Amino acid sequence: MSATTSAPAWVRRPAQQNWVVRLFDWKPFLIVICLAPAIGLLMTFLTYPLGLGIWLAFTDTTIGRSGVWVGLENFEYLLEDPLWWNAVFYSVFYTGIATFGKFALGLWLALLLNNHLPFKSFLRAVILLPWIVPTVLSAIAFWWLYDPQFSIFSYLFVDVLGWRTTNIDFIGSAWPARFSLIGANIWRGIPFVAISLLAGLQTISPSLYEAALLDGSTGWQRFRYITFPMLLPILAIVMTFSIIFTFTDFQLVYAITRGGPVNSTHLLATLAFQRGIPGGQLGEGAAIAVSMIPFLVFATLFSYFALARRKWQQGEAND
Amino acid sequence: MAIITRRRALQLGAAGATALAAAERAAAQSRIPAADVPAPNLPIESGATLRMLRPVRFVQPDEEVFRANAAKFTQATGVQVRIDFVGWEDINQQTAVTANTGAGPDLIMGFSDAPHIYADKLIEVTDIAEYLGRKYGGWLPLARKYGIRHGTQNWIGLPFGASSGPLVYRKSAMTEVGFQRAPDDHAGFLDLCRKLKAANKPAGFALGNAVGDGNGFANWLVWSHGGYLVDEDGKVAINSRETVAALNYLRELYPTFVPGTIAWGDISNNRAYSASECWLTANGVSLYFSLKNDPATRPIAEDSEHQLLPKGVLTQHPMSGLTLNAMVFRHSRFPNAARAFLAFMMEAEQYDPWLIANLGYWAQPLAAYKDSAVWTSDPKVAIFRDSMNNEFWNGYKGPISEASGQANAEYVMVQMCASVASGQATPEAAAREAERRARRIFRR
Repeated sequence: MSATTSAPAWVRRPAQQNWVVRLFDWKPFLIVICLAPAIGLLMTFLTYPLGLGIWLAFTDTTIGRSGVWVGLENFEYLLEDPLWWNAVFYSVFYTGIATFGKFALGLWLALLLNNHLPFKSFLRAVILLPWIVPTVLSAIAFWWLYDPQFSIFSYLFVDVLGWRTTNIDFIGSAWPARFSLIGANIWRGIPFVAISLLAGLQTISPSLYEAALLDGSTGWQRFRYITFPMLLPILAIVMTFSIIFTFTDFQLVYAITRGGPVNSTHLLATLAFQRGIPGGQLGEGAAIAVSMIPFLVFATLFSYFALARRKWQQGEAND
Repeated sequence: MAIITRRRALQLGAAGATALAAAERAAAQSRIPAADVPAPNLPIESGATLRMLRPVRFVQPDEEVFRANAAKFTQATGVQVRIDFVGWEDINQQTAVTANTGAGPDLIMGFSDAPHIYADKLIEVTDIAEYLGRKYGGWLPLARKYGIRHGTQNWIGLPFGASSGPLVYRKSAMTEVGFQRAPDDHAGFLDLCRKLKAANKPAGFALGNAVGDGNGFANWLVWSHGGYLVDEDGKVAINSRETVAALNYLRELYPTFVPGTIAWGDISNNRAYSASECWLTANGVSLYFSLKNDPATRPIAEDSEHQLLPKGVLTQHPMSGLTLNAMVFRHSRFPNAARAFLAFMMEAEQYDPWLIANLGYWAQPLAAYKDSAVWTSDPKVAIFRDSMNNEFWNGYKGPISEASGQANAEYVMVQMCASVASGQATPEAAAREAERRARRIFRR
């Protein structure tokens, strides 16, 4: 009985499933449904905000009302706005000095950690701490360290050691404030660079060093002709990321100085926020944010083409 | 929305508890004179419910009494009222979203300029404002400025109170350098600051990017010399002889400050004053209460006095205040209920206990409440009674607008002063730069 009823079912079932099965076997359909969630997420959370930001830059939207298309008016104003030029200058300066500092110290730290040390893994974990701590928390810590009245450094030098009679002026005038912020940024950025470069160091084959030792090389020569060239590809990637993070930094500056004293420490990101949200000029704020794009593209291209040879990036063998 | 759990309630400090008790006690004592005026006829829509946003409290009893008052309204009218308390930084954005989308709360109690920015999205509250004004001795000047739409007699906002930042100083330091109180003229005030500096008990006023304190000081400096950012029609007028005089005065005054005030944020002067690093500054009443409520700093509170900012060349004390300003949105389906609710909250039976619960953090917009018991609860707080009884506002002398709010938020006046104080710019150049920025902001 069951055999007789199941026999026609066996015929029918493939016919019923057919369109579903065929649909799922059809490559274009599969591609679409597999990509749809990812594309949906990207469109919603990346393309749309970016597109909206660029659109806003060409309007005079404020928080109070939606704006009208004003073309390049926002950008024309920025070009004659000394505050914007000031922010461009400081963004480039901040990125340049901080990146240099982070890479000099980070590479040094990576070389140290690459040696055989007691508690090696523990040390490597500890090194990451400044990077793991949420930026705002470390920013607030630095805010206290740099406070005009309550800085621990001022306390140390004035009240404990008696080397100075006045408090140290960390963030009260333009240049000290600029360098103080760069110092905080370097402190925070070193671990990322150090750990990434450490990973790079460990991929260098020990046989290269052995060969160099047999040839009677000095330590400097081994660094200059083996370590450094072998590190360049990873250096390029890490530097690209680091430049982007530093150039678009916001939290450190906003938490410590809010762009002060007298706008001398505004980065493009903090200026964009200041104009757009507290100031309410969404269009102008967006224009400032958009004006960062050429700098970022340039920085990315620079570190790619100047620091790395193309073959490495494409994953081919060393030459 | 703030939900108070039992545990949270138990955690409340003794200050809060005693304040609440004091508020209840004092409520019976206040005698608020009220004229016999018929209430406007506002038939409440059937099935009405209301939702309101307001900024979070300064002190816990603020929220408790406000909620209790709203519950009384529900009892009296059957209208359910839901009140959400929003962080101070968020209320402007939430107001913008509400206004632009035409959805959300029926009422928002925002800050100062909000009703003027969204005037087209609001219904007028002229009827209840006129009723309350007649009943309670009239609206004070700052309340009229923030309530009435520029160039009309129509009320678009209903101010609930204001908080101002007068001088706060250490009595002992003042006596030590031979002053009874801070002089009202510029020369005398400079003399005082110099002597305080010489006594190593310096003054300090925020010149950093501090929205409240920085603008408060910069506005005082310019206003007290007869200058102003924009004129009555909203035309930029900052680049004036008076402004340059003010900035020249600052060049002499600034060296007497405790070092570092150019980097000061809103909290910095509170900390410096509490640590006896700064002996004369300007701040809201919060500083005094934080000193008073901490046993460690209580002696500082006892040594502290408040005084209105010096008049300078004017006949009035040039100071403004942060104003709570309620508005009713056009999209509300229950405009009568909303207005009835606002009027109800401003009636003496509700408003006076709320005022008392706030300990002086907020000062009344209606003249009759000057007799509230809160102003006799602590003699050092009495000065805040007149916070709304002044003729100055942020953006003085122009219309209150989006632009005046932006100039405030972008520190145009503060940075003009700071650039002179730090020696980065001459007074003339700083005034020109402020003019350039203000022109851009006020271009519409």
